[in-house]
Amino acid sequence: MVHSKTGALAAVAVLLLSGSAFAQTRTLTYNADYDPIPLAAMEALIADFEAANPDIDVVLNNFDHEGYKTAIRNFLTTDAPDLANWYAGNRMAPFVNAGQFIDVSDVWEANGLGDALGSAKASMTIDGKQWGVPYTYYQWGIYYNRDVYKQVGVEVPTTWDGFIENCAKFKEAGIDCLTTGTSALWPGAGIFDYINMRTNGYEFHMELTAGKVAWTDDRVKATFAQWAKLAEPGYITANHAAIDWQDAAALLVQGKAANYVMGNFAVGVFKEGGMTNDTLGFMVFPEITPGIPRAEEAPTDTIHIPAGAKNVDDAKKFLAFVASADAQTKWNTAVGQLPTNKNSTVPADDPFLVAGFETLSTAYALAQFFDRDAPAEMAKAGMEGFQEFMVKPERLPEILDRLEKVRGQVYK
Amino acid sequence: MLAYWKTNQRRLAPWVFLAPGMFMFAVYVIIPIFQSMWISFYDWDGLGEAVWIGTENYVELADDDAFYTSLYNNVIWLAMYLLAVPAGLLIAIFLNQTVWGIRVYKSLFFFPFVISQVVVGLMFAWFYAPNFGLFYKLTEIVFGTGTAVLADERFVTYGIIVAGLWPQIAYVMILYLTGLNNVAPDQVEAARLDGAKGWRMLWYVILPQLRPATFIAVVVTVIGALRSFDLVSIMTGGGPYGTSRVLSYYMYEQALSEYGYRMGYGAAIAVVLFGIMMIFISGFIWKMWRDETER
Repeated sequence: MVHSKTGALAAVAVLLLSGSAFAQTRTLTYNADYDPIPLAAMEALIADFEAANPDIDVVLNNFDHEGYKTAIRNFLTTDAPDLANWYAGNRMAPFVNAGQFIDVSDVWEANGLGDALGSAKASMTIDGKQWGVPYTYYQWGIYYNRDVYKQVGVEVPTTWDGFIENCAKFKEAGIDCLTTGTSALWPGAGIFDYINMRTNGYEFHMELTAGKVAWTDDRVKATFAQWAKLAEPGYITANHAAIDWQDAAALLVQGKAANYVMGNFAVGVFKEGGMTNDTLGFMVFPEITPGIPRAEEAPTDTIHIPAGAKNVDDAKKFLAFVASADAQTKWNTAVGQLPTNKNSTVPADDPFLVAGFETLSTAYALAQFFDRDAPAEMAKAGMEGFQEFMVKPERLPEILDRLEKVRGQVYK
Repeated sequence: MLAYWKTNQRRLAPWVFLAPGMFMFAVYVIIPIFQSMWISFYDWDGLGEAVWIGTENYVELADDDAFYTSLYNNVIWLAMYLLAVPAGLLIAIFLNQTVWGIRVYKSLFFFPFVISQVVVGLMFAWFYAPNFGLFYKLTEIVFGTGTAVLADERFVTYGIIVAGLWPQIAYVMILYLTGLNNVAPDQVEAARLDGAKGWRMLWYVILPQLRPATFIAVVVTVIGALRSFDLVSIMTGGGPYGTSRVLSYYMYEQALSEYGYRMGYGAAIAVVLFGIMMIFISGFIWKMWRDETER
């Protein structure tokens, strides 16, 4: 059976209950941060797992998404569950380096995951070992309002120059060419990641987020020069610093904005606002420097085994189950995201998922997202810098000097 | 033992009664203060090994633009927040009359203090919100282009302080209203016979009698300004690009937030904030001590 309770007290109560009721079963505690739809999907998955393993009882403690980010630091050291949700890339590095997650390379080995989860393997690897299992990711790209394109009479661009030319026309019509809502900072980083990966390529982007390149480097300046083509003429939504990403989504829905660099999770919000597959469009971020292999953003969500786990054997069994093609197909179909297992399938009637699957599987490489690729402090300073740049493009030299200073402190 | 208790009962009893409070105060206030100071000498991410780095956190702090922005904002907060004292006094005097239903008006004025700061922050955030906020629309009508207060580095701190002043004025008002209840009617009467009225009455007769209320109002306002955190967190999260940070929020960001893993650096900020608060708190304590001993 599946228990889904919020709060530690409830979890303890459930633990006690299940302890007495199922004396023969082993308990597997799982701390997670699902929103309602993913939660239902995971509960269904857990039910399958328990059906296949009747001697294991999975106790899912679901946390509020934002609160989880703080809570995990407490429960890993005090009352560790057997499984915990987290993110790939540099985001898991502090926990891996502090010895809070255990090495699960054997699970990868035993189940041939290195091949099946090949696209996500690099982002799960630190020191040549794998520290968790990815279960989903989603594509980023440009979502646009087809009606607005028709209204202004421009074609969907295939090149960066075409995109900028369109912007001038949107501006004339009083429409924001590119919208974003940076009150929580991260949406701005998506724009930076793409412009940087398209201008300088994936390897450079990774070197930059890993702190190996100076922020005052000419190549970084080239990226911002491309970005300035949007920021300086005022093609980006004014006041984006005060609005959430959902508010910016509303601007796109209302036809006040034409394009939005976002992750696929935003599709639900667009559709709630009344957009359909006929009015909402998705395009891959256009090429800037010709010939650079196309890399994409695909933030990956993962499950890990904390070092303090009591039931490691069953936890590994669960990881293998979640990594399987069938489980990933089922979960991601329910949630509307992309499975990381290449043998999984995506529903053919969702054009955005099909496009995303196509985009990611043909991509040269996948980035995690700025705040997962760069260490936390660098990410924070960087995202503030991006926000400031979009508001005050003329301050670029000061912003880059500041980021360079932070780089000097973060990567020692 | 019992004999000792018997003879010294009067001397010991106060300590026995104080003991639980002192214990709690020590565990939850005094000891954590010293722990924070201790942590501020370490480089620690809250999980791994803590590394002793001496005063390095403070050296970094001295060269940190974000720290000075926060400090500067704290100064603005302090100065602006004190406006709550005269404003509260004004409303209290205005409401200190016997009209039918005055209790209802008083409680309406007191209302903002009752609702949570989080709710106040949200309401003001919507009030300022670009595109649909009331204030934004208003500026759009008056100036032609709307001003999104929370997106503009020039106005953002003031915008948040205004939100903070709303409940703070109500709080100060209540303090003054109770103070006004205790103003001696015979003195007012006597002053009136001597021909005092208006400003002179307020300045020379009423205000001196309100000194205890003023003192408390200043204390809670100064401390409220220095520990301002919830409104910043709810309304802007320190943004745009960190221009509305205050020290307490910066400390939280560095040590405890999603992107903060620097307990030592956060603790160093906390120690600085504590130092600033101590300047004011010692002043207040010194004044109270003086008043007590003079009596």
